[in-house]
Order: sequence, then structure tokens, then C-alpha cells
Amino acid sequence: MRLSFSLAGAVLLGWAIAIAPAAAAPAIPVSDDVVLERLPESRDASIGTLKKMRVLLHAAPQDLRVATSYARRAIDAARTTGDPRFLGQAQAALAPWWTVADAPPPALLLRATIKQSLHDFDGAIADLDRLIALAPSDAQARITRATVLGVVGRIDDARRDCDRLESAVSALVSAACRGSADGSTSRAAEAERRLANALSSNAPSPPAIRVWALTIAGEIAARRGDAALAEARFRDALALDSSDAYLAGAYADLLIDQGRDADAVRLLEPRTRHDALLLRLVIAEARLADLRERLAIDRAELAARFDATRRRGDGVHRREEARYALAVENDPARAAGLARANFDVQKEPADLRILVDAALAARDERALEVARRWIARSGVNDIRIAAAMERRP
Amino acid sequence: MNALRSFVLVASIATGIVATPALAHKASDSYLTIETSESRLSGRWDIALRDADLALDLDADGDGAITWGELRRRERDLAAWALSRLAVRSGGEPCTLGVQRLATDTHSDGAYAVLELDGACPAASTTLNVDYRLLFELDPQHRGLVRVVSPSSETSAVFSTDARTATIATTGSMLAQFMTYLREGVLHIWGGFDHVLFLVSLLLPAVLVRRRIAAREAWAPVDTFGAAFVDVAKIVTAFTLAHSITLTLAALDLVVLPSRFVESAIALSVVLAALNNLFPVVRHGRWVAAFAFGLVHGFGFAGALADLGLPTGSLALSLAAFNLGVEAGQLAIVAVFLPAAFALRSTLAYRRYALGAGSIAIVAIASVWFAERAFDIALS
Repeated sequence: MRLSFSLAGAVLLGWAIAIAPAAAAPAIPVSDDVVLERLPESRDASIGTLKKMRVLLHAAPQDLRVATSYARRAIDAARTTGDPRFLGQAQAALAPWWTVADAPPPALLLRATIKQSLHDFDGAIADLDRLIALAPSDAQARITRATVLGVVGRIDDARRDCDRLESAVSALVSAACRGSADGSTSRAAEAERRLANALSSNAPSPPAIRVWALTIAGEIAARRGDAALAEARFRDALALDSSDAYLAGAYADLLIDQGRDADAVRLLEPRTRHDALLLRLVIAEARLADLRERLAIDRAELAARFDATRRRGDGVHRREEARYALAVENDPARAAGLARANFDVQKEPADLRILVDAALAARDERALEVARRWIARSGVNDIRIAAAMERRP
Repeated sequence: MNALRSFVLVASIATGIVATPALAHKASDSYLTIETSESRLSGRWDIALRDADLALDLDADGDGAITWGELRRRERDLAAWALSRLAVRSGGEPCTLGVQRLATDTHSDGAYAVLELDGACPAASTTLNVDYRLLFELDPQHRGLVRVVSPSSETSAVFSTDARTATIATTGSMLAQFMTYLREGVLHIWGGFDHVLFLVSLLLPAVLVRRRIAAREAWAPVDTFGAAFVDVAKIVTAFTLAHSITLTLAALDLVVLPSRFVESAIALSVVLAALNNLFPVVRHGRWVAAFAFGLVHGFGFAGALADLGLPTGSLALSLAAFNLGVEAGQLAIVAVFLPAAFALRSTLAYRRYALGAGSIAIVAIASVWFAERAFDIALS
């Protein structure tokens, strides 16, 4: 007789919330030849390889090497396709080591990566702490931890990890690490200078690293108000990798901030598979009078995706939902609530910005106080946030 | 959807990818609707073709596309796979489920196979117990979004790898649900010998008092029924109050105790209550003992209620009904016991056999329970 109830068992949502799939009637296709679904491997050959590796994995589920190489490839597939299903599959491959405290280092690193991408930041940091205690010179572990620490707002700890990296990695990686940690604080200028130097040096670096560094540099420039430099950085990065969804989002935000909504629409239109980019498309469309019909369609699609995620019980969309509530639904109170809940979990510059914007719009003093305290502690280099706080009635 | 930095890509520094995608679309979900009417079940289960492909490799020709023909030819495998990972029980009895027809539909993240379901339960019940295990071993981020619809109610549940079962109320009739839990409460106290023996141990001396007779202290019959009644009322009220408190706390998951501890403590409470009849330590304040041990018994009731499952949507009602059922069952025991005991109170048999031998027997039985429960050994 365990004292756990259906309540504790499954998350029951009560009478009111219908989980019904859209009430469409199921259909029987007219012919056997009708293609129902194109699998991701039809667009990306490396996913076909992943599928073949599944056979190996099933044959030897306890083999660490097989499992980690499968998980690594699945995480990679999640990155290139933006499809979170691959994260779940990576987690499944690591099942024998998923809950083991002293899992072998390769499993720990992958586990932390999956956890943080599922927004289990505390779990990820705990795994990385353990890993770094075992292997203090593991650069990948340190970069990953610096990144996660930055996300949760432990900027000093993140910077410390970047410092420890310095001798082990290229100047560009090191500068990007610092830029990522300090990019929105009062130390942003120094971080930006280092990044600029590293970017202009002729030392060869892999394109993915360069895209990462350029994106960070562009974001810092945008926060400082140098739109021209920011745009140049983003464009350079897009030239190297046009499929990077985060980069496209950062560039779109710059365009929207400058009132260049039509440019933003052009950038985002081919990329709406990504929820975060569809959100920005809807925000841009909402500000363009001649796109009413398109807006209605895209907005319905976005709402359906938010809804589908919410029904799962996921809270990973709070930042985006807050932006949606503020910019599209014109519901500042809801936006402020979501932004505050989000800021409890993650504290990246974008999280601070939506918190400030929503709190000001909703005149939510408590939310504003949260932002003010944060700024007092870490400083801020974001002129848009500073201006918003100035304008405060 | 995700923050860039919140998805640090694992790769060696040499290949050096440290970027992050915004995720597109949601993770894996299936949508299951179960409609229940009397003992009939029907419904539909939408399973993403991507997910079914993961388990069954539907793409027979390996061209990266799943056609209707490829899906249709695997209908049997699909049905067997899915149904082997779903169990529905009605009132504790397993229901049958089969696939009537295979169709397709589309959700926000792609095409889904639709299994149109049909089934039956041995008996109609006010609750349906759903056990969902689809895909968890292949994708621990999978969720089962289940909706149970009855003629008068609709309830939803989200299943995950950590939450694979749920009990869902299927009757919208508050009265019917109330009666179900009331009956369960009564049956639980009647069927739970430990609770009955505890109560009896406390009640046995209620028709007696300790008197000094010829320089020795001994049991003597009470003079009036009123005196016995007041004593019993105090004990029953204290017991009821105490176990209602802990039953509620535990049922709402506010306090959770290990069941082995609870069950052992209940057995111990019976031993102590019966011992007190043989070697009276607590004399006038037996209601205090009833209250203290009642707290423990409440956790035991909660365990029984947990096994039964508390439906959402009517949590408070069901909890109250179960508790009232326990009280009603308890009062029924008192109503039978008290007049009989009062009538027999002056007999030597009552003092010697009912109180004396009865208490010894209770001590013996409850000691065995205690040993079994506390040390996890089988004696009986």
C-alpha cells in the first residue's frame, strides 16, 4: 500500500481541459500510394545513419560506446532538425546510465547536454559538476557548464569556467565563452573587444565555432545599440550556416527592433518549422497592415503549437509565450506572469528583456523589482532595457 | 523551442560545435480518447507515424516516406504493439480492447495513425483505471495525452514515464460516485481486521470500571448505560477525528509515510491497546490513546484509498465519502458491540473471557502482524 495517488501518478488536468486532438475526422487514404509522412531521413542522410545505428543499439544496449555514439548523433539530429524527438531517443539510448550517480564521463556529458536542452538546468549542472570533478581538464564539459551557468544567471561561476578554459582552447572559443557569460552585463564592453579581436585574427576555426562567436558578438552589439555592426555580424554568420535557427531568431529580433518588419518576415518565412521563429514571424506580421490574412493563419498555427506543448505539461515555452502574450495577444498581465515564472528558471538577456517589457506594460511592480534587483547585481549593457526602465512612468 | 545557449551541442572541441538550435515542434505525444458507456468502451488512439516507425520500422522500402500501403500492411503489428502497452480496468477488472479500423489524421507535428478502438469491461464502474506504457522505453520524453469521456463527464490525464497509471472517475453523477466511495470506506473498516481489533480493544473495557474491591483493584460493571455510552463516544470521536486528519493529509499527498512503517505501527497499536486491558496503565484517558493511534490508522486508510485511486474533478467529494464510509462502518460495529457488552457486563464470562482471553488473543494476533510487517517475515 503505497501512499501515492492517481494524483501523484499522472498529472490529471480535471474536467475542464479538453485534450482532444483537433476534432478532425480520421480519414482513410484513397490509395496505397498516398504518402502520409516523410521521415526526417529523407531530408538528412545522417539521420538515416542514426536509424541504422539503432540496430546496433538494440543488439547491445549496455555497450557504452554504442550508446554514446548513438546519443551523440541523436543530439546532433535534434540540433540540425530542431526536432525534440531525437532528444528523447538520445535519452533512451543512455537509459542504463541515466540515473546512475557515478556514470562514466562520456555518459555524464551527454546526459547533462540532454537535461539542459530539456530545461533541467539544475540536473545538468549537477552532472557537469560531477564530471568536472572527475576530469578537471575536460574542455567540452567546462564550456557546457559555463553555458548552462550563464543560462541560469550564475554569471561569476560561468566566467570562472571560461577562465579555466583559456589555455585549453582557441582564442575564439575562449572569447565566445566570455562573451556568452558577460555579454549582457557591465563587463560586456571588454568581452566584446576580446571577441572582435579573436574574430578578426586569421587563426583558422571551424565554421560552427565562428557562427557561435559571431552570433554572440552580434547580440552584444545589438544590446549596445550598434545595429549596423550587429547586422554585419549576423549576416556573416548566416553566410556560414543559414540553417542556424537561433541565429535567425537573433537577427529577426534586431530587424523587429528597428521596425524593419518586412525584412524580418522575409528572413523568417522559410524557417517556420521552428516554433521560436514562427513566433517572431507572427510578431512581425502583426505590425504589418497588409498581412492580416497571413497573420491569422500563422497565429492559429502558433497557438496550436503552444497548446500542444502546454498539454504535454511542458513549461519550456514560457519565454516565448510571454512574448506572444505581450506582442500579439496584448495581454501584459499574463505576459508578466509568464515572464516572471520564466525568469525564476532562466536568466539570459532575452529573459531579462521580456521580464522588463512585460512588467512595465502590466505595471507589475513585483516583476519589475525582480528585474531591478537582477540588474543591480549583474549590471546591464542593454540600451533597450535601460531605455525602457527610463521611460517608466 | 529553446534558447540558443540552452542547447550546448556536445561535440569535441576539435569539431567544435557549441551552438544551439531553437527546437521545432513539440516532442512525442499520443492522443488517446476512451469513451465509456455502461460497460462498453470505444475510442480512438492517435499515434504519430514517426513514433510508430521508431518501434516498428514502417518504412518497408526504405525510401524515407511512409505510404498508406506500408502502414496498412502493418496494421496488425501496430495494433498488437500499441494495445500491449495499454491496460484499462473498470472497478479493478480488466477490460478488453481491440482495433476496429485503422485510419489516419494530422496533428501539428505531422501524420498520425488513428486506431479506432472498441472494447468491453466485465462490469460498469464509476472509475476507470488506465495503465499507459507506450514508447517510454524508446523515448522517455513521450507523453500519453488521455481523455476519458463518459455520458456525463470528461477527464484528462497526461501519462509520462514517471506516471504510468491513473484512476479516472467516469460517472458524472455525484451521488453515484459518493456512494461508491462510501461503500469502499465501510468495506475497508469491516474488512480490515486490524482496525476492528483496535477499536474492540478500546471498547471492551468501556462497560467496566476499575474498582477497589477487598483491597485489590479489579474490573466491575458500570452502573448506567449512559456512563458506558459517554466513554465509547469519547473514544470513537477521538479515533475518528485523528484518522480523518491523517487520512486527508495523506490523501492529498501533504504527508507521506512509508507503508511498512504505517502498517507496523498499526499492528503495534493493536498490541498496546489490548495489553492495556490486561495490565491497565491508561485508565480514564483511553480516548487519548484512541486519538494518538488514530493518527496512525488514518495513514492506513489512506493506503487503502490510494489502492482504490482518487478520481480527479471530485477529489474532495470522494475523500469525504470514503471517510464517512469508514465512520459509518465503525459506528455499525459500535452499535452491535455496545448493547451486547452492556448486557453481558456483569457476567464473569465477559470479564474473564471477553476481556481477558479476548485481549490475550488480540495481543497474540497483533504481535504476529507486527513481526510480519516490521521485519518482513511470514509467520502465519
